[in-house]
Formats: sequence, C-alpha cells, structure tokens
Amino acid sequence: MRYLGYLLRRALGGALTVLAVVSVCFLLLEALPGDPTDTILGETATAEDREQLRRALRLDQPFASRYLQFVLDLIVPARAMGHSLRQPARSAFSMIAEVWPNTIMLAISSALVAWAVAIPLAVLAASRPRTKTDAAVGVASLVGVAIPSLWLGPLLILAFCVAVPLLPFPGPDARGPLALVLPSLTLGVGMAGILTRMGRGALRETLREPFVTAARARGLSETAVLIKHALRAAMVPLLTTGGAQLASLLGGAIITEKVFDRPGLGTLLLQSLTARDIPVVLACVVVIAATAVLVQLAVDVAYVLVDPRIRLS
Amino acid sequence: MSAANNKRWKLQGRALVGVPLVLLFLALALIGPWIAPYSPRAIDLAHELEPSSWRHLLGTADNGVDVLSVLLTGARTAGLVAVSSVCISFVIGSLFGAVSGYAGGRTDMVLARITDAVQAMPSLVLNVALLALIARPGFGHMIAALSATGWVAYARVSRAEVLRLRDREFVTAARALGASSARVLFRHVLPNAMGPLIVQATFGLGGAVLAEASLSFLGLGPGAGASWGALLDQGTAYLLRAPRLALISGGAIAVTVLGFNLTGDWLRDALDPKEQ
Repeated sequence: MRYLGYLLRRALGGALTVLAVVSVCFLLLEALPGDPTDTILGETATAEDREQLRRALRLDQPFASRYLQFVLDLIVPARAMGHSLRQPARSAFSMIAEVWPNTIMLAISSALVAWAVAIPLAVLAASRPRTKTDAAVGVASLVGVAIPSLWLGPLLILAFCVAVPLLPFPGPDARGPLALVLPSLTLGVGMAGILTRMGRGALRETLREPFVTAARARGLSETAVLIKHALRAAMVPLLTTGGAQLASLLGGAIITEKVFDRPGLGTLLLQSLTARDIPVVLACVVVIAATAVLVQLAVDVAYVLVDPRIRLS
Repeated sequence: MSAANNKRWKLQGRALVGVPLVLLFLALALIGPWIAPYSPRAIDLAHELEPSSWRHLLGTADNGVDVLSVLLTGARTAGLVAVSSVCISFVIGSLFGAVSGYAGGRTDMVLARITDAVQAMPSLVLNVALLALIARPGFGHMIAALSATGWVAYARVSRAEVLRLRDREFVTAARALGASSARVLFRHVLPNAMGPLIVQATFGLGGAVLAEASLSFLGLGPGAGASWGALLDQGTAYLLRAPRLALISGGAIAVTVLGFNLTGDWLRDALDPKEQ
C-alpha cells in the first residue's frame, strides 16, 4: 500500500513517455516523401484499389483526425491498432503476439547467461586484484565485448551443430529449449563482458567502504563479506546496465534473429519498415517503448531491494 | 618529463596487437581495390562456391565471385563509411557539446535533452529504421544514417570536457585579455578537450565498421560496393556448403573491431596519466 501512489505515478509517467515516442514516430512516418499507396501497391495498381487503400490508411481524412484516431487505437484494445497492410486479414497486434514469445524467451535466457557468467567472474577478479586470475578475467571480458555477435553466431553453429552435432541446426524446424542455447550464448557473451568489467570495478570500490570494514570487524567470513555485503551494494550500477541490455533485447535482436533464422520482434520491425506496413511499424514501436518503460520501473524497484540506502520517491 | 612521456606512448601489451591491426585495416582500405585480383562483381558461374585454389586464394562465393577480391574491396567500403561517418559525427558532436557546455543555463538544458533522447534509442534499430525506408540505400545514405546516431557520443564527451575546462585559470586569463567567446572556445578550450574526443573517435571507428557490416548483413548496405557484412550474409546462407565464407568475413570484421578497441584502450591510458 505504501508504494501504491509511487506505482500509479510511474505508470502515468510511463504511459506519457510511450505516447510521446509513438507520436514522434507517427509524425516522422507522416513526413516521409512519396505517396504510400505507390510504395505499397506498386505503380500498376488500379485507381479503385488505390482509393480503397487510401481509405484504409485514412489518407482521405485531415491530419488531426488521423492522429486522434491513431491515439484512440492505442487506448482502446478492441481497435487493435488497425490492420496489417501486407496481410489485411490480420491485426497488427496479432502479428506481434505471434513473434513476441520468441523475443521474450531469447531476451530472458540471454540475460540469464550473461549474469550467470558475469557475477562469479567479477567476484573472482575483484577478490584477487592484480593477480593472474584478475588479468585472465580482464582479457576474457575484453574478448567478450569485442567479438561481434554476427560472427560468434555462425562460429557457434559450426562448432555445435556441424563439427560436434550436439544441438539442432537452426531453421524453422528447430524450436524448443535446445534451439535457444546457441542464440542465448551469442547474445549473452557480449553482455557478460560488459557486466564483468563493470562488476569488478564496482566491487573494488565498495570493498573500500567503511561498512565492509565493519562487517569484517564483526568476524564475518570473507565469503559472507563479499557476497552478502559488498556484492549487494555493487549491484546498483549492474542493474542499471543489465536493465538497459534487457530492454534493448526485448526490442528485438535483429542480427541474431537472422543468423539463427528465428522469428522475432526485430525481424518483424525490419520487414514492416521495408514494406512500409505502417500500422505494424507503429504497433512494434508501442510494444518496444512500453517494454523499455516497464523494465526501467522493475530496475528502480530492484534498487530498493538490493540497497537499503535507496528509497522509492 | 620527456622520458615519462616516451614511456607512456610505448607500444606494449594490448597496443602491440591493436595498433598494427588498425594500420593494416587502414592500408587495405586505401589500396585494397587496386590490389584485388578480380572485380568483386566478376561472375563465373562454372566456379561457384569453390574451395581455395591458386586461381582463387580464398575460394569463390555465390556466382563464382572471388572471395579475396570481395574482402579487399570490402575493406574500402568499411573504411570509407567508417572514416566519413566518424569525421562528420566528430565535428557536429564536438561543436554541439561544446556550445551546450560553454553556454550553460537554459541552452545547455535543451541541447542536453536532445542528446539524451537520441542516445536513449538503440542505434542499430534507429539506423535500420532510417535505411529501410529508403528504396535503394547508397554510400551517402549509410554515412548519413551512421552520423545521425553517432554524433551524440562526441557531444557528451565534448560537453563534459568543456564543463571541466570552462573555469580554469588559462580560460579566465584569455577572457580577461578580451578574447571573444568564439575565440576562447576554439583556441583555448576545445584544443585541450581533444584527447578524450580522439579516444572516443578510435572506439567510434570500430563501432562504425561493425555497424556497416551489420547493416549490410541485413541487406541495407550500399549496393554499389562489396561489403564484409554482405559476404557474411552469404556465409550464413551457405554455412553447411561453404563455412569458409562466414569464417573469413566474420573474422575480418571481428579482428578490425578488436584492433580499434585495443588501440582505443591504449590511447586512453596514454592520454590520461591519472588512470595509471
């Protein structure tokens, strides 16, 4: 109950952010040169088809009325953001709903890989500064950051689907948890590299703080000091970065989706942009912006859980 | 002083790998197309997807195109796009950030908000959006798209540097001598802010090479030239028949990006003695 007001305020602010982002996109798409009916139908279309599409796109109405209806589409779920121009029988949101589970699963499993690798490595390196272990972790995280996912993906496929065929070769038939392993590794490694570097730095800094000395003076074991006290306080910058990483993955990982031939939000956005399927583009933008706002809210709540010095306000 | 300086600039550790990689890439970007044995568009259907041979040192790709020639010409594409977009981003971003930091007050608040807004969006998605809406994206379009998202990094660095330097003694002295705001900014403040901006540009070049490859991989590259990303696109399509293509093109991208990252790390340490 204490946090109800806070959550309500944040929800309202988030809704306004989403509306602002989407309105900017709407304006930009409006400002594009050329007649959208030409791009979509081609130049050979009949005048009748053209007129029908113009009505569907509401191009026969003035700008203000188009924008108002667009905002109503966002708020009233039954209107469902209009229909795809490529597949007129389908609503834009149903096309997103189809690829959405794929995107969520990939994003969450990649984040799990990244955290599972980064936290132990960061603790290991920070607890043994300026040793060979520290240097090795440093090199590993540098390589993790520098290796592009568009190369790591094909390398992993060659290693684990071709040379040692442990996992299914990517394609429309390869679904299920096993097919998720390599794409998650591909995305997770780069994120882990960044989180390890940051985590080591943050831990080194917190280990110098008085509350760590106090914990040691109370006779706690070094492991308890590291994990229960220092790591908790060092989590704040990690949560910020990790949250941004997760939000960007939930917006679709275009490259990795293409390498592993997986449908997802990024691919849907790219296809819709190329086809000028504007209702689907705008629906994608709504979902991506709303996800980013939600992840940010979750990160802010997580700050309070890990660091008792922070309060929600 | 000079001995300490020499030691700072010594090529050691990571720089011993990074700097030669960067020089090799820049050299290939310059002369690559001239030393390429074939045209990157020379079609030879009788010799499609062949392994390496004396005629084709790295084998052939789709349509019998010589892989070595695509690699050498692709270095020019990557270099041209990266250097042009980083130069444009550098100039626009540094000026934007410098004006923002030097002016302060309400001007600064508005300009900093604009920077934050552009930075908040993932740059690859923004670039994809800009290029996907163009029917036939060319070199100019790609450079423009990368600059449209790239300048924010320089704006942030330059604003931070100007805020740090703005009230230092030498700046106050220049102002006391009656120098105009423009003269103080361009002759006294900005030259002292160059170090961090150059470090940013080094990382930026690596980032731009990766962005060019990523966009070409997605089929949004300039159709007129050969590109490492486009070769990698073929490589993933023929991963079973010719794994060579993906290994070579992806390796070229990865090694170049690593080279710029290592060089950037070295420059940052060399230009900032506090860090050591």
